[in-house]
Amino acid sequence: MYFKKTLAVGALAAMTAISVPLSASAETLTIGLGSEPTSIDPHYHNLGPNNQIAQHIFSRLVEQDDKQRLMPGLAESWKAINDTTWEFKLRKGVKFHDGSDFNADDVIFTMKRAPAHPNARSSFALYSQGGGKEYKKIDDYTIQVTTPEPYPLMATDLSTVHIVSNEIGDATWEGEFNNGNAAIGTGPYKLVKWVKGEVLEMDVNENYYGEKPAWSKVMMKPIDSAPSRLAALLSGDVDFIDNVPTTDIARLKKEPSVALSQGVSNRVIYLHLDQFRDVAPYTTAKDGSEIKNPFKDVRVRRAISKAINRDLIIDRVMEGVAIKAGQLLPDGFFGRSDKLKPEEYDPEGAKKLLVEAGYPDGFKTVLFGPNDRYINDAKIVEAISQMLSRIGIDTTPETMPKSVFFKRGKNGGPDKPVEYGFMLVGWGSGTGEPSSPLKSLLATYNKAKGYGSSNRGLYSNPKMVEVLEKALATVDDDKRAALLAEATEISVGQDLGIIPLHYQVNTWAAKKGLKYIPRTDERTLAMGVVKG
Amino acid sequence: MTVFIIRRILQSVVVLFVMSFLVFSSVNLVGDPVEMMVSDEADQAERDRVIKSMGLDKPWYTQYGLFVVNAFKGDLGNSFVYGEPALQIIVARMPATFELALVSLFMSVVIGIPLGVWAGLFPDKISSKIVMSGSILGFSLPTFWVGLMMIMVFAVMLGWLPSTGRGDTVEILGIDVSFLSADGLSHLFLPALNLALFNTSLVIRLTRAGVREAVHQDYIKFARAKGLSNTRVIMVHLMKNIMIPVVTVLGLEFGGLIAFSVVTETVFAWPGMGKLIIDSIQSLDRPIIVAYLMIIVFVFVIINLVVDVLYSILDPRVRLQDVSS
Repeated sequence: MYFKKTLAVGALAAMTAISVPLSASAETLTIGLGSEPTSIDPHYHNLGPNNQIAQHIFSRLVEQDDKQRLMPGLAESWKAINDTTWEFKLRKGVKFHDGSDFNADDVIFTMKRAPAHPNARSSFALYSQGGGKEYKKIDDYTIQVTTPEPYPLMATDLSTVHIVSNEIGDATWEGEFNNGNAAIGTGPYKLVKWVKGEVLEMDVNENYYGEKPAWSKVMMKPIDSAPSRLAALLSGDVDFIDNVPTTDIARLKKEPSVALSQGVSNRVIYLHLDQFRDVAPYTTAKDGSEIKNPFKDVRVRRAISKAINRDLIIDRVMEGVAIKAGQLLPDGFFGRSDKLKPEEYDPEGAKKLLVEAGYPDGFKTVLFGPNDRYINDAKIVEAISQMLSRIGIDTTPETMPKSVFFKRGKNGGPDKPVEYGFMLVGWGSGTGEPSSPLKSLLATYNKAKGYGSSNRGLYSNPKMVEVLEKALATVDDDKRAALLAEATEISVGQDLGIIPLHYQVNTWAAKKGLKYIPRTDERTLAMGVVKG
Repeated sequence: MTVFIIRRILQSVVVLFVMSFLVFSSVNLVGDPVEMMVSDEADQAERDRVIKSMGLDKPWYTQYGLFVVNAFKGDLGNSFVYGEPALQIIVARMPATFELALVSLFMSVVIGIPLGVWAGLFPDKISSKIVMSGSILGFSLPTFWVGLMMIMVFAVMLGWLPSTGRGDTVEILGIDVSFLSADGLSHLFLPALNLALFNTSLVIRLTRAGVREAVHQDYIKFARAKGLSNTRVIMVHLMKNIMIPVVTVLGLEFGGLIAFSVVTETVFAWPGMGKLIIDSIQSLDRPIIVAYLMIIVFVFVIINLVVDVLYSILDPRVRLQDVSS
């Protein structure tokens, strides 16, 4: 009997020994990643998962901290030397992973390469070229950038483009980066290997110019199924995961072996309403007869905003993990308005506004939304539909996979508006200030200027465009912030060009003893995982 | 037999051609890959550039024509998402999927046949009844749920096996395989078992039915009358005769394992082709979808051919010949 028991214990111990991962050393960090990059080439695809990997391997002239505030990167300082010229002083003594020196030639090379990438799925041309930027090398460590018009967003734009080495040559594209040959940067980590779908392995860069990260080796394993990702963390196969689903948060808070980190993101979830067509698609009187587009009336838009109980959505649908929104960016961001507050829930006020607007009996419409794009998107659409039905706007929720949703929701301007009259979408401000959503979501559609590309409701107010254009030409930070806030107040506060709902909050989970410094840009970085 | 095989291969070329047309034209109806691909902030000029770089500015029949011309050169187009040749991306994932399918097939045979024989020889024993009821569970429980439960029990609660991913690989003939390292095997065990559940149940039922039928046949009685040992009767005389249906079904199921191990691969984050196709469908990566389905059709054609040949070896009465001409 005794013998049998020891045998059993022995067998158990042997099995455990097999399962203990080889990466048990304290200096290795294993991350379970929700989304994998499509390439290591930093100029191939302007996409969250790609940019977050690029940030490990490469550096930018201007870096963004966890709140997306600008800070010196490969450029030690920058200033506008006149209205149309910016000067960047580059950091000396920085070495690429292959040992070569970083200097102005690499910057010139990068800025030429980024917009010219022949296979780019979404290039950085908007940032490296936008506004007609011209780069000039003054000496090895000084760069001047000139634009025909004053260009205040210069440093913000350049904080998105990762610098590659000019030694890779003019015709090296994503293939050579993916296999590691050309993935030579100045970032805190060096690429060891990338096996798609399996693992992305990086070693610390001993010569990194900035603060040394805590981990000498990082393994990133893509696990896109959320329950499996969580199980991998609980079983100790990975040390840290991102995109923790909201349904598991309550339970994980009680789990002693797990430490959660949460932080608000730059992504606002909002409703677009058709403000262009005379008859809004899928929108009729209750008996099905045609009515003129009710969304064109600001009182109807206000009524819809008042009818939505944002607290209830956050509490019940989002499990408390979201922050209600009254504008485009949450607290703490540059250029947001102090005057705009989230709309209070007021169903009676909403009904009154509907009567005033001439819809005492309400009307019928369909609210469209994706079901696999934003956190709990389909459930939010359903909740809002019920809330609107309660004030007399009979709303049918209709959700679909993002691949279908965004095709039907493609904005072709006034000649080819989107198929929906009423829809739920989200917007993350990659630059960390409101000029990008103001330009893309709310400015009057203008193909030549690149305005309104995602203005799916075709909202238009010339006054707002005027203020926005003034802001885009104001170099002084305080004045620009005030103008951006004013443009937001006109378009969101006064006109309700879009109806903001909430800002997404992201959740990361680490094994006990580690914590993550949450980032507003939703990125998951090994550099942000700290002990303690 | 050579004529038979050549004719079969020619037929498969026609099947592939028809298939490519159907798949190519139908994926072009769904969604807009450009909207899926570009960043929110991209303006119209950037969108137009991306459309051009993916060749979507041409009408679909021109795209199809280019596809067919390139396919004859062995180029099935470049992935929209990764920008690399679709064929190369799929082939890189193949060893993982084949390995998983083979191990799971092996598991279903070594678990299924002995249990099936046992249940067939002693149908009234309690243990046989448990095996048969268990096989019903194997059929009916959803793989997704079973996979998660296995992870919960063996990885999270007991901590015996790793939860997800593929272990260390060893290179053999230029192919990376993981079933030759201890770490690789420990990673392989749960997903393979999960994938094997359905087929194990199938094998148990087929074997049991075969055994029940065969034990009463004259040649078994005769073998026993000759005084052969019980083991020999079962292992040689009985087994040979019940294998044909099992081989047929497993052959077809093997194709299914390769093509549709999607769920298991997703749950266990197994870097195989199934996970690739799901990701590609979600992101509307048309070249990968088309190339994948072409490869799967090809694999099915080959498997059917192999099963037919195996048949003629197992049962000398079967002759490979064409019905027509």
